[in-house]
Amino acid sequence: MDRTVIRRSMGYLKGCRIEFALSILMALVYVVSSLYIPLLAGQAIDSLVGKGEVSFAVLKNDLCGIFLTAIACFISQYLLSRLNNRIVYSIAHDMRRDAFAKIEKLPFSWLDSHRQGDIVARVITDVDQVSDGLLLGFSQFFTAVLTIVMTIYYLISLDIIIALVVIILSPLSLIVASFIAHKTHRHFSLTAQKRALQTDMTDEYITCTPEVLCYNLHSSCQDSFNKVNDEWAASSLKGTFYSSLVNPATRAVNSIVYACAALSGALLAVSGRLTVGGLVSSLSYANQYTKPFNDITGVVTELQNAIVCASRIFSLLDQEDVPDDGKEELTGDDISISFQDVSFSYTKGQNLIQHFSLDIESGQHVAIVGPTGAGKSTIINLIMRYYETDEGRILINDKDIRDISLESLRSSFGSVLQDTFIRTATVRENVTMGRSFTDEQVIDACKRAHVHDIIMRLESGYDTMLDDDGGLLSAGERQLLAIARCMIDLPDLLILDEATSSIDTRTEGLIQASFNEMTEGRTSFVVAHRLSTVRGADVILVLKDGDIIEAGRHDELIERGGFYSELYKSQFAVS
Amino acid sequence: MSILFSHLRKYRKECVLAPLFKLLEAVLELFVPIVVASLIDVGIAGNDVPYIIRMTLILFALAVTGVVVSVTAQYFSARAAALFARDAKKDLFSHIQTLSLIDSERTGLATLINRMTGDMNLVQSGVNMTLRLLLRSPFVVAGAAVMAFTVDVRAALIFVVVIPLLSLVVALLVRVTVPRFRTVQSSMDTLLSRTRENCKGARVIRAFNLQDEEEEAFFKDNDSLMRLQKKAGNISIITSPMTSFIVNMGIIAVIWYGGLRVNIGTLSQGSVVALFNYMNQILVELIKLASLIQTITKALASARRIEAVFRTQSSMADGTSESFADTSTAVEFSHVTFSYTKSGEPVLKDISFTLGEGQTLGIIGATGSGKSTLGALIARLYDTDSGQVRVMGRPVGDYSISFLRRNVTLVLQKARLLKGTIRSNLMLSAPGASEEDLVSALKDAQAWDFVCEKGLDATVETGGRNFSGGQRQRLSIARALVRKSPVLILDDSFSALDYLTDSRLRQALSERGGTRIIISQRASSVMNADKIILLENGMISACGTHEELMASSRVYQEIYYTQFEKEAR
Repeated sequence: MDRTVIRRSMGYLKGCRIEFALSILMALVYVVSSLYIPLLAGQAIDSLVGKGEVSFAVLKNDLCGIFLTAIACFISQYLLSRLNNRIVYSIAHDMRRDAFAKIEKLPFSWLDSHRQGDIVARVITDVDQVSDGLLLGFSQFFTAVLTIVMTIYYLISLDIIIALVVIILSPLSLIVASFIAHKTHRHFSLTAQKRALQTDMTDEYITCTPEVLCYNLHSSCQDSFNKVNDEWAASSLKGTFYSSLVNPATRAVNSIVYACAALSGALLAVSGRLTVGGLVSSLSYANQYTKPFNDITGVVTELQNAIVCASRIFSLLDQEDVPDDGKEELTGDDISISFQDVSFSYTKGQNLIQHFSLDIESGQHVAIVGPTGAGKSTIINLIMRYYETDEGRILINDKDIRDISLESLRSSFGSVLQDTFIRTATVRENVTMGRSFTDEQVIDACKRAHVHDIIMRLESGYDTMLDDDGGLLSAGERQLLAIARCMIDLPDLLILDEATSSIDTRTEGLIQASFNEMTEGRTSFVVAHRLSTVRGADVILVLKDGDIIEAGRHDELIERGGFYSELYKSQFAVS
Repeated sequence: MSILFSHLRKYRKECVLAPLFKLLEAVLELFVPIVVASLIDVGIAGNDVPYIIRMTLILFALAVTGVVVSVTAQYFSARAAALFARDAKKDLFSHIQTLSLIDSERTGLATLINRMTGDMNLVQSGVNMTLRLLLRSPFVVAGAAVMAFTVDVRAALIFVVVIPLLSLVVALLVRVTVPRFRTVQSSMDTLLSRTRENCKGARVIRAFNLQDEEEEAFFKDNDSLMRLQKKAGNISIITSPMTSFIVNMGIIAVIWYGGLRVNIGTLSQGSVVALFNYMNQILVELIKLASLIQTITKALASARRIEAVFRTQSSMADGTSESFADTSTAVEFSHVTFSYTKSGEPVLKDISFTLGEGQTLGIIGATGSGKSTLGALIARLYDTDSGQVRVMGRPVGDYSISFLRRNVTLVLQKARLLKGTIRSNLMLSAPGASEEDLVSALKDAQAWDFVCEKGLDATVETGGRNFSGGQRQRLSIARALVRKSPVLILDDSFSALDYLTDSRLRQALSERGGTRIIISQRASSVMNADKIILLENGMISACGTHEELMASSRVYQEIYYTQFEKEAR
């Protein structure tokens, strides 16, 4: 599992193979050269024996060596970082591009069953984690291992005993670090829990600002916030403190190793086995030796994290696309629809729609009514091909909708969906939705949708920037805007899914009238909660638990005195 | 002094002690090269093994003292940071609560939540790191130079050249890269909101076949993000090779000059080693400083954002009056005009009416006609642009806000419940309510039938999502009823109820008495009111009883006939 994830992540390296090879080469040059400098410095110091005994020829040689090595070090380190940047950013770029392109093709069965925040996190943060953690991780890991190997090599070349002292004692700091991390893990998770609690509370109270204001809840909110805040602070203090112990502790171990190295080095120097310069070089190495170990532990945690993130991205990329292999195009203004023995369920085993059959002739106005959860919107989901039928087929103009290209299918429909999504764009762009229309057409559509006056009350009229989270428009106003989107271009098939649920009944009636005028002779599909809007339909389908229990014109259904007439009565006031 | 950082004042002791102990630790570290130097000059040169052991013991002692001092410093800085964050969060939270609705909406509720959580966390870790390292690093650098002077004044001049050079490089690069990384961040934010939008609006986007357009826009932003990242990254990566190189040049200079001095006998070999070690210490410290600066810049950016919230003053002045002036007229509007934005057209224009105590007012009108705004003005969620709103004989602005809202209860259109239980939700708005009060409020709100099965202590999840829309509406009405305030405003609070429940609820309300304002799209909800106002585009187009309006207003008739089957033409 891990291995395939890593291999696939590495697949993204294909485009920058040369950079990757160069990066490894540069890492090699960098490690060797940067570690060579202390050795040369030690040698140089060795030539400073005492008064009149300095051999300037040797000194000059060594210093020239340092100079050249420093240049090599500078260039290789710069190129290494530059190459790594290039690799990391391009890979993040490619992954993000693939992930986003995938989102546009994912089936709704997947999109609807995943939290939005989760999907966004995959495209934004996970990608960064992978490119940073996995790929840079390899580079850091490689550098660290190389550093360890080279340090040992240089140390041994100086003296075996001092090398052993450093090599054996240094990993102590790792043990100390992991001991502390292990012991303090509890505080960490506790702090994380408290923080989550606090975040939830902040979220809730601030979201409920209108309630807090209306009900004078300030002091009680503040009290419960303070309580959680105090608890959080107490555990945060502990968590921060304990986690910050790692640093001094490892440093202390490091200093002790340094002292041991100094002792053994000095004794060796006294016995003549080691020069002063050798001692200085060894001490420099002793100072740096723990760093690569710390890097490796860091890399390991980051790698684990990155692998998790990578597998999340790949599970997104591995979803099957919505099949769009239909070649047929819908032509002409007439649209007839026929459901043939359609069955569908969102979750296997919980059948929603079973053996549903229906023929709609071109030009018919169809209304679907029924209680919540009856499957009204599901029918729309199936016609729009947001979901695929489990069994049976849907024909449009005698063509199976799976044989029609999605673009052709959807562009012959004009839909106002339950979900009135507002793009981050101007009002005008929210009406045109990527199609080209003149300003007059936009204004005309908005007037017909009775939203023109509302738009004119906004700060910059049609140029006001809107976004889906903004509070500029109320639910009803958003629906009016969605209706304007639809009215600007006359569709062959009109689909209204609870399009007017938040609009007052009078405006609704006026809009209904313009729709009727527009769709004269065209097929339309209306899902409605409020029954006043469906009286004029050619056929009303009454849905209950996924079945059509009644069908007919309004008058017929009322006369029949069944479920529809009951529903109808419950919605109209008894005067 | 910024309001945010003034919260550090209480922890002055910690803020002084933490860096102080850090400095102490640095001083201990600065002794190490000197000890090593004498180890070489005296111990090795004189073959003095006891001296070597003594010096090594000093190194051990320095290590142990170092860890004690450093742990103390960590404690103080963790304490200062955590307690500072606690106090600042507390004040920020209470400050946010003083803001008027229009201020909060202008800032954005999501933004406020981010300031409280994400930004606050960054500032906390920024404070922690600053206390620990910001003073230490420059001190070690400067200290190394000072120690170099004690070793040899003339050789130390090399440090005088190297250190400003290093500082210049670091400062320059920080200055160049920080704004670039800020652009990277905002470019990343664009990608984030695009992704979010494409998840949220997938149905609509596909319905309009906008996938290709959206993809193209994302790809363009994605490309520009990569370009910006490379640009910012390629500059920032110069820092560490550059500083290493400068230090290496310093090392060459120290050894060369040291060689000259050793040769004439004015400097010992050990001293050169000490100078060499000081140079190395500077390098290590600078690497730490560079990463610290990144943390601090991020924290400062967050701090600036938090500060802006602290600086936002409520645009609503609180009144002082805590009593009614004249209880015969419950609500009076005179020539009230209101707009949400300065340049936009007014949402309400020249509204005037009076409502007597104990009467019921119905407000009806189209979507966007300003009905909810009118209700919100009575509870003073917003202040008028011109004209006056009076409640019980006094302008709403004269009352203390908490007194006004105790007496005017507005049931909001969108019913949100708080996490807890049904009881806690009801008690929150009326802490003194008795069990009978709760039950009778629930009964009148037509909520008792579903509450009595679950009990008053049934859990309510965040936002009340474990209740249906209609149940939430009824619970929020019950929450309002327990307060028994003289003026009750119901803003489209029946929309999810069927007509029968709606009418029972209104019946119960009229038995309770009090002044009521019912905002609705349903003619049936307002037709029994003493007075009905029909709003059209922010203006009163008709006002009167149901019968009067049926006789005089064509629009009212139309509304009525779209809802009443029996009398339909």
